[in-house]
Amino acid sequence: MTGSLESSAGTREEPFSLIFERSRPGRRAWSLPEVGVDAPSIEELLPDELRRDEPPRLPEVSERDLVMHYTRLSQRNWAIDVGAYPLGSCTMKYNPKVAEDAAALPGFARLHPLSDDDLVGGALELLGTLERALCEATGMARLTFQPAAGAQGELTGLLIMRAFHRKQGNERKKVIIPDSAHGTNPASVSLAGWKAQEVPSDGRGLVDLGALKEALDEDVAGLMLTNPNTLGLFERDIVEIARMVHDVGGLLYYDGANFNSIVGVVRPGDMGFDIVHMNLHKTFATPHGGGGPGSGPLAVSGRLERFLPAPVLAWDDRAERWRWDHDRPDSIGRIHSFHGNFGINVRAYAYLRSLGPDGLRRVAERAVLNANYLRVLVGDAFPTAYPGACMHEFVASGKRFKKHGVRTMDAAKRLIDLGYHPPTVYFPLVVEEALMVEPTETESKETIDGLADALIQIAREAEENPDLLHGAPITTPVRRPDEARAARELRVRWTPE
Amino acid sequence: MDFLPHTAADDRSMLETIGLSDIGELFEPVPGSVRLEGPLSVPPALSEPELLDHLSVLARKSQGAADLVCFAGGGAYDHHVPSAVTALASRAEFATSYTPYQPELSQGVLQAVYEFQTLVCEIFGLEVANASLYDGANAVTEAVNLTVRVTGRERAVVAASVHPHFTDVLKTYTSGLGLRVDVVPFGDDGVVAWNEIDVGDAACVVVQSPNVFGRIEDLAGAVAAARGAGARTVAVSDPTAMGILRPPGAFGVDVAVAEGASLGNPMVYGGPYVGLFATTLDLVRQVPGRIAGETLDADGRRAFVLTLQAREQHIRRAKATSNVCTNQTLMAIAAGVHLSWLGPEGLRRVGEVCLRRTAYAARRLAAISGCRVRFEGTHFKEIVVQTPVPGAELVRGLARRGFLAGPALGRWFPHLDDCFVIAVTERRTEDDINGLAEAIEKELAER
Repeated sequence: MTGSLESSAGTREEPFSLIFERSRPGRRAWSLPEVGVDAPSIEELLPDELRRDEPPRLPEVSERDLVMHYTRLSQRNWAIDVGAYPLGSCTMKYNPKVAEDAAALPGFARLHPLSDDDLVGGALELLGTLERALCEATGMARLTFQPAAGAQGELTGLLIMRAFHRKQGNERKKVIIPDSAHGTNPASVSLAGWKAQEVPSDGRGLVDLGALKEALDEDVAGLMLTNPNTLGLFERDIVEIARMVHDVGGLLYYDGANFNSIVGVVRPGDMGFDIVHMNLHKTFATPHGGGGPGSGPLAVSGRLERFLPAPVLAWDDRAERWRWDHDRPDSIGRIHSFHGNFGINVRAYAYLRSLGPDGLRRVAERAVLNANYLRVLVGDAFPTAYPGACMHEFVASGKRFKKHGVRTMDAAKRLIDLGYHPPTVYFPLVVEEALMVEPTETESKETIDGLADALIQIAREAEENPDLLHGAPITTPVRRPDEARAARELRVRWTPE
Repeated sequence: MDFLPHTAADDRSMLETIGLSDIGELFEPVPGSVRLEGPLSVPPALSEPELLDHLSVLARKSQGAADLVCFAGGGAYDHHVPSAVTALASRAEFATSYTPYQPELSQGVLQAVYEFQTLVCEIFGLEVANASLYDGANAVTEAVNLTVRVTGRERAVVAASVHPHFTDVLKTYTSGLGLRVDVVPFGDDGVVAWNEIDVGDAACVVVQSPNVFGRIEDLAGAVAAARGAGARTVAVSDPTAMGILRPPGAFGVDVAVAEGASLGNPMVYGGPYVGLFATTLDLVRQVPGRIAGETLDADGRRAFVLTLQAREQHIRRAKATSNVCTNQTLMAIAAGVHLSWLGPEGLRRVGEVCLRRTAYAARRLAAISGCRVRFEGTHFKEIVVQTPVPGAELVRGLARRGFLAGPALGRWFPHLDDCFVIAVTERRTEDDINGLAEAIEKELAER
């Protein structure tokens, strides 16, 4: 059940050329019309000082060579369609193909974002239905689709938090985040103009209630929390945490990075959260695209609705259709050029409609089942940092291999040679030599058994043959790149020799 | 359909291994008081054919560039997306991969991004580019934030002829940081008279050329005004013009940004798009987001990695250059493939066809009685049409006659309530333009 990058002929070409190195003067792939109208020339229309005198050095290639180049490049890449991708926190689950067909329909793909509402009734109906479903799943009142990814959702939520406090007459000074939080949390807090204050995790790997109590005062705008947290553990004191934050007038922000493990089981709104962002590219199975696009809709409770970015969707009862409501005097303003990553939202809608209510719950259940099954299988080789059951992912520590001179990164690289994409390594920061594993619900028992066998084999090799791990990987188009050299001798673009 | 592989036997056997008897026990840490008691109230599951039928019905309820002749502009354009670009960017090896944190398994994405960065540098005449940002508005905002960091100043001077949504997003994004955004007006010719602008203590000047009216701004004047005040220049550009227009880098701008969706990506109701971001080498450590770099692997082979990651949120956390994590890599790959498909000659052809057909359209529409083209001077791809009828009404009338035009400008510029935009891409033929002109004539005649 393993994948491989070795099988495709041509992808191991050495050195693998850049598209610029395949360029030959006079070749072309482009096919475009002549100007064909009676109009002045470029020279007549553009004065000398506005005209480009030297063409950009773009490659000149035939379409055949272009297609071969990028096809072979694609084959030098891992993907969920190639094999297991158990990256903790990233939720690399299977992306259904029907969602691609949905997004490609011309009635979605060729819509202009500034069209009058009555020309885009189908798109607005899709968004309206999706908004209602996502609000139902999160226990929130309304949402905006503008954020293009989770981090943009975070900033949107924090700016709404700021607008709320401003209305209360006290903009406050800081936002509390756990020390296990994603890096985007403190970065978004800074961008929102607040100070991020970390609270430590306790011996359970959960928010330390004593430390939280100490940190809470009238300067606290809110608490950002991922639940389950980045250790894969459910914050079981969440109701108490919510009460404590609300008692000082703060708001509770739900980072939806791990929403996939509780959807259909428990809702952030019912736990006491006021603001929720979702990563549709995680929970709702839209493709990650090599690092993007994502989609990070931001949902809020009723008392924060007035602050959402404008415009928001509104149902026009009389006309019986959806429209954009731009008349939002308390809105924080616009956060995206248009309506967010609509094409991704179409895919998320297709996924949601495929699953239905029972399917959503089964997804959460099997995500947690798969993670715990793998956790137990590899428990001796890679014990978790904190004892007990996990949710959809678990964080193991590879620190016991350090005495053999083996780092977690070495184990990760060896896993590549055994046919799996490595888990996330060195995150969260609170675990030494962290290995963060999220199998996701779409991997079969056989795949997880194979992954477990590979991890157990690696643990044995770490003791018996550490050099095997130090030298890994050996089956890939390139072996370990020198990252220090990349930063030292900076080459971030091609230039002609 | 839930895409799950689990058989009942799998469930039983896996639960047994864990030491549980029921799958519900997995959620023991969730307090009973907040657990859902029944299923979510979301629409019922559909089979694949039912889902596709449902979506097709929804899709047919809208009218876009597949149904109407599209002259709509205002930041999104009906450009040709080459079949090869769609095919390559749709490859699952690109589309279903994650951020290239494990470079040995990610050479495809990393090299494609490195090539994209090079192509962006080439078209804008600058030295470094990042791996993409969310969209044009986000690129503008990140560029302004960069200038704030390097100058220590807290004010931006933004031309009123910059796309108003870009300026809105800039204001929203920086509202928590307290950045002051001063908007400077354009003249009767639709461009800013930069020699009359007092830049003062601003961190930067933000200028868009071609601007939201399609007019070419005086970039040299903007750079001079900024430099005279010790400020930086952020230029919003249009990649489809870069085969014919002198690039922003050649004018000495510090950061060039753009909405890059016109390269290789469909309009898809406004996203996913791709923010382009290029600057000078001395500012590379201030660049937001991911950057792919070249290095050697353990065997001395050329290899690509994400580099200078100490700028980014996952390392620098609260002190990162930006909070951006996920970007728009797949759109960037499509843009890169499109630029490689075009080559220098193709890019020039796109620019030439847009420029000259727009000039033709301007002349044709100006000949209509009661119809005027606002803002005299050279236009690239977009013109502003003024008639005695409110722009929004005329745009609606044109849609009924089979033409998608706009946006009407009244919402953005109240004094231009009788105006609307049309954009002429390489897809709009002489017949299309003549048809639009006749439709405007009829609209005006019947009022």
